[in-house]
Amino acid sequence: MNPLLEVRHLSISFHTYRGLLEAVHDVSITVHPGETVGIVGESGCGKSVTSQAVMKLLPQGAAEYRTGEILWEGRDLLPLSESEMNGLRGRDMAMIFQDPMTSLNPVLTIGAQLCEGLALYQKLSKQEQRTRAAELLKAVGLTSPEKRLDQYPHQLSGGMRQRCLIAMALSCSPKLLFADEPTTALDVTTEAQVLDVLKKMQAELGMAVVLISHNLGVIAQMCRRIYVMYAGTVVEEGTAEDIFYRPAHPYTKGLLASLPDPSDREKVLTGIPGQAPDLFHMPKGCRFYRRCPQAMKACMEAEPPREEAGPGHHYTCWLAAAERRRGDGTH
Amino acid sequence: MAIYLAKRLLGACIVLWAVITITFGLMHAIPGGPFTQEKKLPPAVMATVEARYHLDEPLWNQYVDYVRHAAVLDLGPSYKYPGKTVNDIIAETLPVSAELGLISLFLAIGAGVLAGMAAAWYKNTWVDYGMMIGATLGVSVPSFIFAAVLIQLFAFTWPVLPAALWKGPAYVILPALALAAQPTAFIMRLTRSSLVDALGQDYIRTARSRGIGPWSLLYRHALRNALLPVVSYIGPLAAALMTGSFIVETIFAIPGLGRHFVTSIYNRDYTVILGITIFYSFLIMMMNLLVDLIYPLLDPRITVDSRKEE
Repeated sequence: MNPLLEVRHLSISFHTYRGLLEAVHDVSITVHPGETVGIVGESGCGKSVTSQAVMKLLPQGAAEYRTGEILWEGRDLLPLSESEMNGLRGRDMAMIFQDPMTSLNPVLTIGAQLCEGLALYQKLSKQEQRTRAAELLKAVGLTSPEKRLDQYPHQLSGGMRQRCLIAMALSCSPKLLFADEPTTALDVTTEAQVLDVLKKMQAELGMAVVLISHNLGVIAQMCRRIYVMYAGTVVEEGTAEDIFYRPAHPYTKGLLASLPDPSDREKVLTGIPGQAPDLFHMPKGCRFYRRCPQAMKACMEAEPPREEAGPGHHYTCWLAAAERRRGDGTH
Repeated sequence: MAIYLAKRLLGACIVLWAVITITFGLMHAIPGGPFTQEKKLPPAVMATVEARYHLDEPLWNQYVDYVRHAAVLDLGPSYKYPGKTVNDIIAETLPVSAELGLISLFLAIGAGVLAGMAAAWYKNTWVDYGMMIGATLGVSVPSFIFAAVLIQLFAFTWPVLPAALWKGPAYVILPALALAAQPTAFIMRLTRSSLVDALGQDYIRTARSRGIGPWSLLYRHALRNALLPVVSYIGPLAAALMTGSFIVETIFAIPGLGRHFVTSIYNRDYTVILGITIFYSFLIMMMNLLVDLIYPLLDPRITVDSRKEE
């Protein structure tokens, strides 16, 4: 099956007052039609930048695509003009954002915002738009959808707003939905409901979802394949089983060790010492070596190679190479 | 709503009373009076004239008398223009100033908002820099210089428009431009900065992610959110423009209300000073009330009556 989206060796820099800042370095991500892909990593690791880069939503002028290509159904998006991109946005790919409180326009009614998107790609009368908008709100589980259409965002709760945003994103049945920390601003009960809505809508529309989160629990529950990002790079990719049961990269192992396990109450939670590197002072070699319990001399000097841990399970680390060398030495 | 309006009007009356009292006090604190002239009047004549306008009575009596008349909208006779009341003067000159002022106001809003939108959309490009240089000039160049340049260009170098007087539509153009320059520049800067702010908001990114086109982003999504500070500025501005400008009306010899603001003071024309001050204050308060009533139409999160909040 041909991939829907293929990001190849993408690097993105931002022009800032302190100079050029590389937020994403050599990231490759593949999404097939209908699948759910997770991107995990801590704050500032480049998850959101990557997703917004695909939709070319990064602030023009400030963000610069340094290398790589973004293939949408085989066609490179980088040379496309803003108006050509606008033809794809909403219809082919859509996005829901982290903060439902600020992501809706406060001065327009929910109905006005929903219908605006509907009117872009479908010829519908005002009445048809309203009916369709109400159907969408009902589909994402909002009660009394007709009433919601005439309400303003400030009259709805956070969970309701996120449902509205999902309805808006799905209004033109996109092939790919980016969900950028869709539940981070919500309480746990609402989080579960919103994730259920996402799952249900995905099944109905058969769309692919890229779920971005720092919450391993959410990712585990939703995704078939996972990318682990650290300091602007993908450090490990694999199926959910690979990542959770057979983690290969020391960073992924560290993340899992810092998760509480309800079945093992004796487990001692260990954090990852130190902090993610300052993007202005990126280490020359592996970006994780300063915090890595298994760091070696090689890690300091050069970027680690991409290793295969199993079919579809890759990680970038020097450990495997070192082991091979040691293995050679015994012969 | 009715209760809110009643409250605001009652508040306005109290403010007006304070305005009268302060102006009255300040006015009488300046040396001289309406009939002080370089050539002194004979004492007997002075006494007769002052008695006629009750200026010989104790100040307190004059004050009480004035407030009583002002309460029924009688602003008294002018001392400088015999036979005319202050009400007459306002009725004669206000329409002229208001016409000029409203035209300038619409000019300033239209040009200022459009230019501000262009500057915000093309932020940090030559469009933006050009607009901002224009705005800085507009804010800092005084209107009399602007008026003089306009007259020189369009009445003498290319004699297409009349240089002064007030006799028909063509006579409005130059003074309206001179009067509108400063507010246009100010509105442009306000619109630009608050629009730049609005365009950086999350909901604009959401709209972009849904394929909403640039015009709709700017006009439908950002502008309405950005207009609040502009509207607050337009309220008092409207009052100021409608009551005329001393400078512009003097330069273009326009028989408006504006010149009375200044001439009445050096004439010590007490009733005209008070009358115009009261009128101007009243207009400002009404414009601010109007602005407050417009807010909820622009932003549904604002309600006029806080008790109606859900």
